[in-house]
Amino acid sequence: MKTRVIQDEPAGRPVDSPSTPGAETEASGAPVVAAARAPVVSAQDLTRQYGVEETAVHALRGVSVDVTRGALTAVMGPSGSGKSTLMHILAGLDQPTAGDVRIADIEIGRLNDTQLTKLRREHIGFIFQFFNLLPMLTARENIMLPLSIAGDKPDAGWIEELTTAVGLGDRLSHRPSQLSGGQQQRVAIARALVSKPTVMFADEPTGNLDSKTSGEILELLRASVSSYGQTTVMVTHDAHAAAIADRILFLADGRIVKDIGSSTAHEILETLQEVTSP
Amino acid sequence: MIGVAIKGLLGRKLRATLTAFAIVLGVAMISGAFVLTDTLGKSFDSIFNESYKSTDAVISSKPAVGSSTQSDAAPAFPASILTQVQSLPGVHAAQGSIEDKARLVSPDGGAIGSVDEGIALGIAASAADESLNPMKLVTGQWPSGDGQIAIDQSTADRHHFTVGEAVGAFADGPVVEYRISGIVRFGSVGSIGKTTITVFDLPTAQRLFDKVGKLDVIRVGADAGVPPAQLVREITPLLSDTTQVKSATDQAASDSRETQDGLNVIKYALLGFAGIALFVGSFVIANTLAITVAQRIRELATLRTLGASRRQVLGSVILESVVVGLLGSIVGLFLGLGIAVALMAILKATGVDLPDHSLVFSMRTVVVSIAVGTLISLLASLRPAVRATRVEPIAAVREGAVMPASRFARYALVTSAIVGVASVALFSYGMFASDVEIKTRLFVLVAGVLLMFVAVAMIATRIVRPLAFVLGAPGARFGGTAGSLARENAVRSPARTASTAAAVMIGLALITFVAVIGQGFKSSFTDAVNTLFLADYSVSGGSNGQTLTNKAADAVAAAPGVEAVSQMRSGEAKVDGKTIFVTGVDRSLTKVVDITWKAGSNSVPAKLGARGAFVLDRYATDNSLKVGSPLAIETPTGKTIRVQVAGIVDPPKGGSPFGEVSVSNATFDGAFANHDNEFTFVNIRGGPSDANTAALQKSLTAFPAAVVETRDEFRNSRTKDLNQTLQILYALLGLSVIVSLFGVINTLVLSVFERTRELGMLRAIGMTRRQVRRMIRHESIVTALIGAALGIGVGMFLAVLTTTALSQYGVVFAVPYGTLVVFVGIAILAGILAAILPARRASRLNILEALQYE
Repeated sequence: MKTRVIQDEPAGRPVDSPSTPGAETEASGAPVVAAARAPVVSAQDLTRQYGVEETAVHALRGVSVDVTRGALTAVMGPSGSGKSTLMHILAGLDQPTAGDVRIADIEIGRLNDTQLTKLRREHIGFIFQFFNLLPMLTARENIMLPLSIAGDKPDAGWIEELTTAVGLGDRLSHRPSQLSGGQQQRVAIARALVSKPTVMFADEPTGNLDSKTSGEILELLRASVSSYGQTTVMVTHDAHAAAIADRILFLADGRIVKDIGSSTAHEILETLQEVTSP
Repeated sequence: MIGVAIKGLLGRKLRATLTAFAIVLGVAMISGAFVLTDTLGKSFDSIFNESYKSTDAVISSKPAVGSSTQSDAAPAFPASILTQVQSLPGVHAAQGSIEDKARLVSPDGGAIGSVDEGIALGIAASAADESLNPMKLVTGQWPSGDGQIAIDQSTADRHHFTVGEAVGAFADGPVVEYRISGIVRFGSVGSIGKTTITVFDLPTAQRLFDKVGKLDVIRVGADAGVPPAQLVREITPLLSDTTQVKSATDQAASDSRETQDGLNVIKYALLGFAGIALFVGSFVIANTLAITVAQRIRELATLRTLGASRRQVLGSVILESVVVGLLGSIVGLFLGLGIAVALMAILKATGVDLPDHSLVFSMRTVVVSIAVGTLISLLASLRPAVRATRVEPIAAVREGAVMPASRFARYALVTSAIVGVASVALFSYGMFASDVEIKTRLFVLVAGVLLMFVAVAMIATRIVRPLAFVLGAPGARFGGTAGSLARENAVRSPARTASTAAAVMIGLALITFVAVIGQGFKSSFTDAVNTLFLADYSVSGGSNGQTLTNKAADAVAAAPGVEAVSQMRSGEAKVDGKTIFVTGVDRSLTKVVDITWKAGSNSVPAKLGARGAFVLDRYATDNSLKVGSPLAIETPTGKTIRVQVAGIVDPPKGGSPFGEVSVSNATFDGAFANHDNEFTFVNIRGGPSDANTAALQKSLTAFPAAVVETRDEFRNSRTKDLNQTLQILYALLGLSVIVSLFGVINTLVLSVFERTRELGMLRAIGMTRRQVRRMIRHESIVTALIGAALGIGVGMFLAVLTTTALSQYGVVFAVPYGTLVVFVGIAILAGILAAILPARRASRLNILEALQYE
């Protein structure tokens, strides 16, 4: 494939930190004071079973979790531990076999497809491993997509601020095929943030990037949590990625086996080994 | 490799089914056309054979010149021939009869059927029960003497006539009351289509049809052991120029020839429309295969790494298409059979009673249907198959491999330009060149049109983007994000959209062409009527050229307030071996028709007398005629009219009521057998008014076939027939539009499949199912509209060329704007319909599975 590869901005360049943090927090609509206590997403006794009887696979076997407001929560675990299933259910993409999920105080089990879609529009942002940008739209159009799908008017100031924050200033009129992987993921992050979602889910956001670019993307994610108070849930199997989180949940065999605070990559790896080996 | 192709097909049943539909309809038309015309042909043959069942030879009238299409163009022959024939050795029996046309009056006072649907027979009561008589008595008795009539059973059943009742019947004169003496049927066949049969005794019929002492037909039965050929040899010397004798088999064959020719026209027309549908189908198949080959790059490359040769790859794609084509053809074959059965049932339900004949499902029908359908699929698969062989094995391991460009890609623009120029050149040659044989001309025209479609399809790839931008604008403006994404999606693969739209284009181009040409005829006809028609009223036998007896004109003349009645008759004749139409006119002509004279004046018609004639301008120019030139006109009765040109008429473009040559009615009647009027025009005091219409109708109560019309009614009833013809053409061409819809469905299904992950993402970030459906629907509409835009453009272009070429025949270029708007509306509707299935599939995708889809 003949893609014009464009180098990312100089390595390690931090995302512009907001000049007046208080004002930015206001903009995100989440009062920082209440943040630590009121969960924005909460799940009770989630089970998720695929198939029936003997062939049944139990992806989740009773998970209860409250996602902390304004914090970055990482979900880790070996393959088949149920971490992706948990994220899908918390994000309203999948329904649990049993148990309750509340997103922004709305019980999602009773919602039909259209209501669920509207809920995702309003409260949830997504970042995917494979970026999933629309190839025929420019970077700017991709970023605006959630707003235009919802029929909302974009706030020019916010778009300007957001695109500067993710570091895409001069690449906005390019199409995805003209952007590097890192740039594409920046577009995807901006797309997730543009509707100021209650919670943002990132599914292996660095899974398809080299280590240097991964670092930049992680910094960007961290910055969006710190400066906008953006509640974020990130599923990853990369200890370095999890190291930027405020809280790390470890899943194994469909259960949360460990729930720890901010840790270094080394500590995380040790914990992971501890929960994987019986 | 064969196994791989077949398994691949089974794994994509939906696509295979949709692709097969691309040829099902075309093949169904082929098989339907064959079965229908074969079966009808067989039915008619059995009718004509029945007519001469126990007869060995038939003596009948024959026109001296011209075609036999006007069966009453020949005069009856003297009855004395019958006695001569009866005394010949070898003749066992001979029966003379009158065969003419008469119609019955239904209980509500209207004429039953049209002119050609009322057969009248005059049969001598003494000969009625002979085996030579094709009519058999069912109940009652044979008619005998004035005032008695027998009618056929199915007419009696349909209109509830019973023996002993009174019934009105009319031929060339006013309605006469008869008493029904009996009910008859036509041999073992029973009835013939919608035809009504009336039987009179011979003298009554001879008086009624003005054939006293004459006969129309003599049926001759031979003694045992005497072959028909011998009878024919013996009888021939007894006959005049306008009388002929044929063996019964030959006579039946020539009687049925006209019907068979008519059926052949229907058959070839239907096959032509089938051809168009199949041509469109080949676009659909080629496009579908091209898309699937592009989507299967990884799979094809893997096969190559596993050792499949290019030839095997080629074979597998072709085989897939052939299997689809074969299955589609088989389904089409039986669908066509079903359509034929349904049409026969409809004919029966509408009163066309044909002798029950089992369907003729011949080997030829089976072979042609299946061979054509399969061959079209095979041809359509060649280009995508060749492209599939260009997939390199390395594509198996490379992420996001794309189809290598065709070797000829860089010549595409030049090639399409050359093809385009060639197509216009061919079409123009076919249209404008003189002295080209009709078959060559048709072939060149068809080739030109087909090439033009190919050229436009090739060029379309380059203009899809701007077209989609414009045509997608309303959707993007009012359809929200779904609308603007749809527009973007439509141009993601311009080649794919272009060839999908090209299939839609073909049908719409032909429909537009028909509409524009039809409008051209309508508007020039309307102009002509507005220019020529001075009369207050027209009295005629109906809008489709049915003649009316001149006695009706006499009756109208007696109506209160009538100031002028002008009668016009028409017949086929020959001048210098070329067939022309001769019109009979009278002195009142200039009061009812506004004639523009190139030579002569309005005084000419009154002064024609026995030696005068006026001719049409074009005929005068072609034959270098001027005032004073002599003309010798040979008529079907064997007589020759010698006249001199007294005037030259310049008719309007849209035609005129005049044939090439017009003579006085007296001259006409002296040389033609049929004296019915083609047109009767009336001027009445006070002009057209409800009261005058009523007065005229009242004067015509004895002529139930007469239709009284004002100028506007005259014009509208005649353009209505054209409109009906147009609608039939629209319907037949509509089939190819339906075929192209399967192409749109296919492309959308494949695109949805290709964009699965993208659709998952859109759903995840907040697109509702309804929005997804709208997005697909809009893309479908944009594609259909591109097809419509191209089609209307090409159709108009062809119409401009055609009307320019045919301008001297009165075809003008006139755009039916309203109709074109309807076509655009239909294209939008078609787009909506085509999107139903793909949109459902797209909106029902499971988000999680879609997101994980590779």
